[in-house]
Amino acid sequence: MVDVIVLTLLGLVVLIGGMAINFAQDLAFQVQAIIVLGAAAVIFIWYLRRVEPVPADSRFQPASGYMDGVVRAGVIATALWGVVGFLAGTYIAFQLTFPVLNLDLPFTTFGRLRPLHTSAVIFAFGGNALIATSFYVVQRTSAARLWGGNLAWFVFWGYQLFIVLAAVGYVLGATQSKEYAEPEWHVDIWLTIVWVAYLAVFLGTILKRKEPHIYVANWFYLAFIVTIAMLHIVNNLSVPVSIWGSKSVQVFSGVQDALTQWWYGHNAVGFFLTAGFLGMMYYFVPKQAERPIYSYKLSIIHFWALIFLYIWAGPHHLHYTALPDWAQTLGMVFSVILWMPSWGGMINGLMTLSGAWDKLRTDPVLRMMVVSVGFYGMATFEGPVMAIRAVNSLSHYTDWTIGHVHSGALGWNGMITFGALYFLVPRLWNRERLYSLSMVSWHFWLATIGIVLYVSSMWVSGIMEGLMWREVDAQGFLVNSFADTVAAKFPMYLVRAIGGIFYLTGALIMCVNLWKTAIGATPRAATATVPAE
Amino acid sequence: MELYTLLRELADSWFLLLMTLFFLGIIYFAYRPGSRAMHDDIAQIPLRNDDAPRTEPRDPSEGAQR
Repeated sequence: MVDVIVLTLLGLVVLIGGMAINFAQDLAFQVQAIIVLGAAAVIFIWYLRRVEPVPADSRFQPASGYMDGVVRAGVIATALWGVVGFLAGTYIAFQLTFPVLNLDLPFTTFGRLRPLHTSAVIFAFGGNALIATSFYVVQRTSAARLWGGNLAWFVFWGYQLFIVLAAVGYVLGATQSKEYAEPEWHVDIWLTIVWVAYLAVFLGTILKRKEPHIYVANWFYLAFIVTIAMLHIVNNLSVPVSIWGSKSVQVFSGVQDALTQWWYGHNAVGFFLTAGFLGMMYYFVPKQAERPIYSYKLSIIHFWALIFLYIWAGPHHLHYTALPDWAQTLGMVFSVILWMPSWGGMINGLMTLSGAWDKLRTDPVLRMMVVSVGFYGMATFEGPVMAIRAVNSLSHYTDWTIGHVHSGALGWNGMITFGALYFLVPRLWNRERLYSLSMVSWHFWLATIGIVLYVSSMWVSGIMEGLMWREVDAQGFLVNSFADTVAAKFPMYLVRAIGGIFYLTGALIMCVNLWKTAIGATPRAATATVPAE
Repeated sequence: MELYTLLRELADSWFLLLMTLFFLGIIYFAYRPGSRAMHDDIAQIPLRNDDAPRTEPRDPSEGAQR
């Protein structure tokens, strides 16, 4: 019976997909419809072939053990999307340096590739990392198999489909022009369905846990899933112009729309890139250090303070705009207070190593995680400073913001994810150890130097730009034109792009290392020098 | 009274008080006397159950086994 329903639904999707291809109002919608039709047709055939003529109940043997297949798939997707996202970012960094790289084609302009880059790194790389690690962590910390059987696979593939649809839409020009929420209405609806399934799998596993308590990492993951659902739905309230076209009109307008957008935008940072990744930190740092978290009590305060404060910080993106002054002040004050829980969490992560600092000498994976937590601390100090209105008057709209975002994204999110991948791959593929620790060290240093080049060049560029924009002569006239600032930024842009190459190279080395680990290639003879005891 | 005015009044008074008390309650909850053993036990969760799910719920009194 279930089979009949599933096959009927898939058949309907193929039918509607065919109609959508025929009636499509724009190219992006048409291509997306082709992808949906193709995916549904492939799944239809695959599903039909595995329907067996046996009584339905005998096929539903309760599966035992942890469900790790979907985590393995998530790890592969994370690594691949990571490379795609870093490559796109490096390319658009060179576009800013050498505009000829826009290639004079609409599909390859900076304006279309930039959301491709941000979505690829945040949602494809970060999102897959969060889904995969949350599935791994919630099973281990609940001592229970994932709830919902193949629903977890639906979440995985549904999320990949969302990424592909969004990416195709960007390149073909379908965007609702909201930062980090660019996908149009039909893609948003699909993500909502996938996200509800994700929540069900995660919550279902927690509900059937065999441990009496819910470990703090799961609290963070849960806050991430629930809040992203709320943000996504409210910020994407829109009315499509036609159900056969990708264009839609936002329900909110003016300053309400701006505030909703930055309530969404900053909490995407706060709950997607922070709360979710803190879930990773609270599991993988103790695991890699082989000791429990420094203070469990502090982690409780960290959790509640973080979710209490983050949700108010969004208005700092709208300083000196039409947003009422009190709302700007509110955003500023909460951003500054937010420094405290952030550093509480950082201290908790770092102090987990107390008594085991020597591991940093021998374990490059742990080094990666510690540097990641360090970048978390740096970015969450810089953020509150930049949220102060007086500082913001210099930093806003400049490259300083871009540098800040990347010290958080490359340093904190990237490095903790790399650490988690290095932790997961040997365990998921039943290997004794990683293929090569020296390759991990290479990755570590390439990534770190890349971030330093990126962030420092953007500090110089951003502050210079901010100062040039506000420079006035004795008569009160602006000294510099916008084009002057663009020309002055060339050397910094070049350094930034080179930093991107470093980071990308490190990620490629990681992929080779993880691949060799997964296929069980013989590790090269260890030549690590052992310090004198 | 306009809805906006009502909500602003509420946000500045009772709801603010409610959230402050809730937050102080969490701090008390985390640091309440006698909770250390429980928190130490929870902190050990990542260090066990690595290979297979448990079939029976874990009894916290069985101690910190890995």
